[in-house]
Amino acid sequence: MNIVVCIKQVPDTTQVRIDPVTNTLIREGVQSIINPFDVYAIEEGVRLKERFGGKVTVITMGPPQAEAVLRESISMGCDEGVLVSDRAFAGSDTLATGYTLARAINKIKDVDMIICGKQASDGDTAQVGPGIATQLDIPQVTYVKKIEEIANGKAKIERMTEEGFEIVETSMPCLITVVKEINEPRIPSLKGRMAAKKAVILAWKAIDLDIEENRLGLTGSPTWVSKIFTPPPRPKGQMFEGDPEESATNLVDLLKNHIG
Amino acid sequence: MDYLLSEQQIMIRDLCRQITEEKIKPVAAELDKTEEFPHSVVKVMADADLFGLFIDEQYGGMGGGILDLCIATEEFSRGCAGIALAYAGTALGVDPILIAGNDEQKAKYLPRVAKGTLCAFGITEPGAGSDAGGTQTTAKKEGDHYILNGTKCFITNGGEADIYTVVAMTDKSRGARGASMFIVEKGTPGFTFGKKEEKLGIRASATRELIFQDCKIPKENLLGKEGQGFIIAMRTFDMSRPGIGAQAVGIAQGSLDAALEYAKQRVQFGKPISSFQGIQFMLADMATQIEAARALVYAAARQIDAGVKDVTRSSAMAKLFASDMAMRVTVDAVQIFGGYGYIKEYPAEKYMRDAKITQIYEGTNQIQRNIIARDLIRERSSGVV
Repeated sequence: MNIVVCIKQVPDTTQVRIDPVTNTLIREGVQSIINPFDVYAIEEGVRLKERFGGKVTVITMGPPQAEAVLRESISMGCDEGVLVSDRAFAGSDTLATGYTLARAINKIKDVDMIICGKQASDGDTAQVGPGIATQLDIPQVTYVKKIEEIANGKAKIERMTEEGFEIVETSMPCLITVVKEINEPRIPSLKGRMAAKKAVILAWKAIDLDIEENRLGLTGSPTWVSKIFTPPPRPKGQMFEGDPEESATNLVDLLKNHIG
Repeated sequence: MDYLLSEQQIMIRDLCRQITEEKIKPVAAELDKTEEFPHSVVKVMADADLFGLFIDEQYGGMGGGILDLCIATEEFSRGCAGIALAYAGTALGVDPILIAGNDEQKAKYLPRVAKGTLCAFGITEPGAGSDAGGTQTTAKKEGDHYILNGTKCFITNGGEADIYTVVAMTDKSRGARGASMFIVEKGTPGFTFGKKEEKLGIRASATRELIFQDCKIPKENLLGKEGQGFIIAMRTFDMSRPGIGAQAVGIAQGSLDAALEYAKQRVQFGKPISSFQGIQFMLADMATQIEAARALVYAAARQIDAGVKDVTRSSAMAKLFASDMAMRVTVDAVQIFGGYGYIKEYPAEKYMRDAKITQIYEGTNQIQRNIIARDLIRERSSGVV
């Protein structure tokens, strides 16, 4: 199987701080980690390789220092790391990010399955995975908690719903986004860590991809963040004392006055 | 303090620290209570290539040495010395094969150990502890086999390990020179296990009797030559004692970490108790003693790795100093925790119970002092200074 895992470098969620003026993440002094949900995607990719053979390519879009998360993925058993990085990508929203990653994945030939974490712990949009699938025009299954079987170009997959789970059969290639119930990620072995240290990370820029420039970065992003804030805590409600009839009358009066 | 560890050693330390935080600490208190053997943690250690740390690359290991082993043992012991012992006890059990094994024996057993097969070392008997010369277990040669009879006691990893290195007398009339070292595999007819001991500390570790009743093993399982048993055992202890020192350093460090955390949070007289000089002096002394022990352990380990010929004295010193230090430091940690230090809901008392064994096993600290003194006196009388 030819597997691609998409990951994102995020600030350690236990230490996230927002710049109140620019509404962007304060990255200084904050440790960067692999988005926690993506660690499950990496583990699942490596497990599929161990089950069916093949290769796992891990890919991330981000600044040059995002190379660190690719090396960590290789220490867990991924075979190759691709860093998609260019100043032209700066300011990408989820649409532009999905487009750029889709073009990068297109450069890797004959991909059978793309695995993403269900969402990133910093933006929490859960849009990039589905965005990639849409751009590549392949089926997508979100919130996957188990891959039951893969045979004859088809995958049988369990996806979480609020009430329980659904079993979905999809043709391949396909894209899945995974939840943390899917596996227990391994601790990278010593040999894995040593291999990761020596691994050559591929670096792809905009010119390396078959790509339309006006769909990249800020230009290609129809959405932007206007404000990030912590919602104020819900104010305390008013309690009406007394017997039910009296309370109901008081409530109706108050509502009437409120409407004016 | 910076010990100028290699890049790989730092990698080993970080990996073992991660395993300790994520896999050992969460189960330490429970296994201490139930005395259950930590098979799942052993598997994590094996999958992370750590059982191969001290085994040559040609046998599937990482080709590291005693310092690498000490770093791993120290980190694991910071979380739980009992769980760490499943690992360190395997190193002890395989040492005789590393020291005296021929090519066939190494090729047969080392790759299995590198993958995580547990080992155990058997020398102690009910009547032969510090006085190993009193060994009663016998090995009688019959054709292509040896027949083992006797009982070993207090054997770390007993019953859980698959590979055992065992001392038995091939010629009782020759005393210590009549002892030999054998490899015995679990499942060999005539080899069974006796009672599992219930212990004060290191309770996640299995300590059990080995019973040999006409246990027939192929003659190829003799390590070295007949009569070399005690020499191999002494060389084994020279290699393994810094590991006990590392275990003691880890236990002490774990108790200091916990005591420091507690002292910062515990408020009395309106202030955290860490702001009181009485507590501060204790913390400072604990940290200094730990660092001194660590420096001695690492120096002894480096000496072995560098191939220095006579390491007996420095290995004994590392074990002696670190284990006595661990006992003092863990008692102080309980004191800093006050009443909470005495109850099992907090980790301090476990570190104290675990520390005690490091003063006793692999040669009591009285035996270590004998070894050190004998070496000092011999050196002086031989005129070499």
